Amino acid sequence: MDQTIQVRSITFEYESDKGRVLAVENVSFDVADGEFLCILGPSGCGKTTILNMLAGFLTPTRGEILIGGRPVAGRGQDRGVVFQDFAQLFPWRTARRNVEFGLEMRGVADAERRETALKFLRLVKLEKFAESYPHELSGGMQQRVAIARALAYNPAVLLMDEPFAALDAMTRDEMQKQLTEIWQATKKTVVYITHNVAEAVYLADQILVLAAHPGTVKARLRFDLQRPRDPLSAEFVAAQRELLGHLQH
Amino acid sequence: MQRMKLLAVNAAWLIVPFLVVGTIWEIVARAGIFQPKLFPSLVTIFDAFVRLSVSGVLWAHTEGTLVRLALGFLLAAVVGVLLGIAMGRYRFAEDVFLPLVSIGYPIPGLAYAPLFVLWFGLGDLPTILLVGVASSFAVIINTWKGVRAVKQVWIRAAEVMGATDRQLFRKVILPGALPYILTGMRLGLAQAWRILVAVEMLTAVPKGLGWMIFGAQEFLNTDVMLAGVAAIGVIGLLLEKQVFERVERYTVVRWGMLTA
Amino acid sequence: MNAPRSYVWRSVWRGAAGIVTAVILWETFARSGIFSRALTPELKAIAVTLYSLIADGSMVKNAAFTLWRVLLGLFVASVIGVPLGMLMARYRAWERFWLPLVSVLMPIPTLAWVPLFILWFGIGDLATTLVVTYAATFPMIYNTWTGVRSVNPIWVRAAVSMGAGQHAIFRKVVFPGSMPYIITGLRLAFGRAWIAVIGAELLASPTWGVGRVIFDAKEFLDSEVMLAALVVIGAMGLLFERVVFQKLERYTVTRWGMLAPPRV
Repeated sequence: MDQTIQVRSITFEYESDKGRVLAVENVSFDVADGEFLCILGPSGCGKTTILNMLAGFLTPTRGEILIGGRPVAGRGQDRGVVFQDFAQLFPWRTARRNVEFGLEMRGVADAERRETALKFLRLVKLEKFAESYPHELSGGMQQRVAIARALAYNPAVLLMDEPFAALDAMTRDEMQKQLTEIWQATKKTVVYITHNVAEAVYLADQILVLAAHPGTVKARLRFDLQRPRDPLSAEFVAAQRELLGHLQH
Repeated sequence: MQRMKLLAVNAAWLIVPFLVVGTIWEIVARAGIFQPKLFPSLVTIFDAFVRLSVSGVLWAHTEGTLVRLALGFLLAAVVGVLLGIAMGRYRFAEDVFLPLVSIGYPIPGLAYAPLFVLWFGLGDLPTILLVGVASSFAVIINTWKGVRAVKQVWIRAAEVMGATDRQLFRKVILPGALPYILTGMRLGLAQAWRILVAVEMLTAVPKGLGWMIFGAQEFLNTDVMLAGVAAIGVIGLLLEKQVFERVERYTVVRWGMLTA
Repeated sequence: MNAPRSYVWRSVWRGAAGIVTAVILWETFARSGIFSRALTPELKAIAVTLYSLIADGSMVKNAAFTLWRVLLGLFVASVIGVPLGMLMARYRAWERFWLPLVSVLMPIPTLAWVPLFILWFGIGDLATTLVVTYAATFPMIYNTWTGVRSVNPIWVRAAVSMGAGQHAIFRKVVFPGSMPYIITGLRLAFGRAWIAVIGAELLASPTWGVGRVIFDAKEFLDSEVMLAALVVIGAMGLLFERVVFQKLERYTVTRWGMLAPPRV
């Protein structure tokens, strides 16, 4: 399966009370098969708009997005999305039945669905909670179920919109570690939105720094740090400093 | 041992209020301040309750009332949920029906009763129709609100996982709106129950608790009337505790969408 | 975000279309002859009747009596219900005594009592007003009780640490803190009282009242008067629900951010 993403000079404008607003202007980037891309920027820089265009919730005013070499038209099972909101899980379904949802839509048989769902719950270390309802799980656990749910129907790429932003710092560190492991195990292409510099350095192969009003690409960086990355190492701190420099002007 | 004692204390606390009120009632009844015919002693009321139960009269009336309640409520639930969903899903339906529903809602259903009698005659038909119409408003409004309150992120998540329109409706919107739909049904049933008894008094149904009470008034049979009120109280309590709390416990409470 | 103006207009337009459709349906139904003309009068006839009833003052007087009964009932219900609910929430013994009684009486439809009240208090005004009061009292008790128990203990602790005494805590923390529930109770009480007043006026035949108008009209098969009375009942209900209670909520609990503003 071709898991590349190509974004060709996309622009997004919308109508508001004060006339047309340019939210994203002329953004281009490529993500290679199995690569982890972080889009980093201040709030209001249009990073969520970019993700929504990748997911197919919004259509670019100009420009083109290719996933697996095919132009994106609307929503599709070639993409998995993880939102920031814990409420994204369906409260009336257990963790396992949440993870099964995408397969159910595709008409996969019961037994196979169950087996696949359990496999992905094991991947996010939640097989013991398969039959729990979302409200019985902590925020971190809910987000892990959401990741399992987005992976279970085997999309080409995984899109994540600040999935850990609402977690406490310690849980977030643990989640980043686990996400790296999951990513290495599944070899998915990931686009990850964040406004946290350390998170971007910890997770990404490639980092896209955005400027706000309108959202444009300010810098594109790569840090070849050894994984698992050590946030206290000199290289890590240096990388953070470099990124901050790009963000601040 | 400790638990037994606690249980006994709780039971005592539950009995005491009724004992006190019962005693006061009995004293007033026996003091002869009011005519005994109008203010019967508890023994007489209990007697009437037993007599009516044994002879089957009370059951026949209860059955008539319950059947009417079930039919009227069923009508309201089906029409209400369908219309409410249509209003929640389609802006057109919302724009057209919302003003009508808002105007109809604050009119007590009972006010239509004489009109329905004129149109459909006395008996079962106007009673069931009226109960259905009067209780449908609560179901419509709550279902509509429920569909509107379905979280956007659920819809997006389902869409991105490839849900078709029909799947989206059946697997996301319906369960997502269920807490509100159940609330609407609960309110609707309560409303149906509240007006049914009164409507029965106006439509002269052949058998029904409301009619039993109303008929007993003619003959100053206060004991029969109070026995009827007691039966009505028991049914109301059972509906609330046994039917709805159970349904909620197995669905929305379990899903954490509503605290018990 | 505000909806663009075109949306609002479209909604108004469609809402009007809904009402017009209903009107046309009624007219077709009225003229179709399914029921005789006497049973389903045309809108014009209803309007004329309504106008003449208002012009000769009789409808105004009837409506005033109905309204008076509801207001009196709500007032007495508040005077009984709010203190009792507060005492129940504050003192365990009060709660243990009253709660079982309230729980048993609350699910009995008020109108089931009407024939008894007629026997006890005679036909007419007194029985009607008592039925309305009875109907309104339970929601007041129940909601006040719930409201006081929902008061956040942190507020009480904060007040105590700032030196508030028993009296001040009650007046300045517990009472306003339970206000959202009390206002909801008032709203529910109105809903019940409104149904009860029409029902009681139909059954207990006081001299005046909108319900009485309907009852009398039925005797003479006068459907025009019945429908005119229904319009008045609807207008009064809407007025209370939309104007009185929404204003009350807006100036108290909505302003304090303790209640989401209504969506309709």
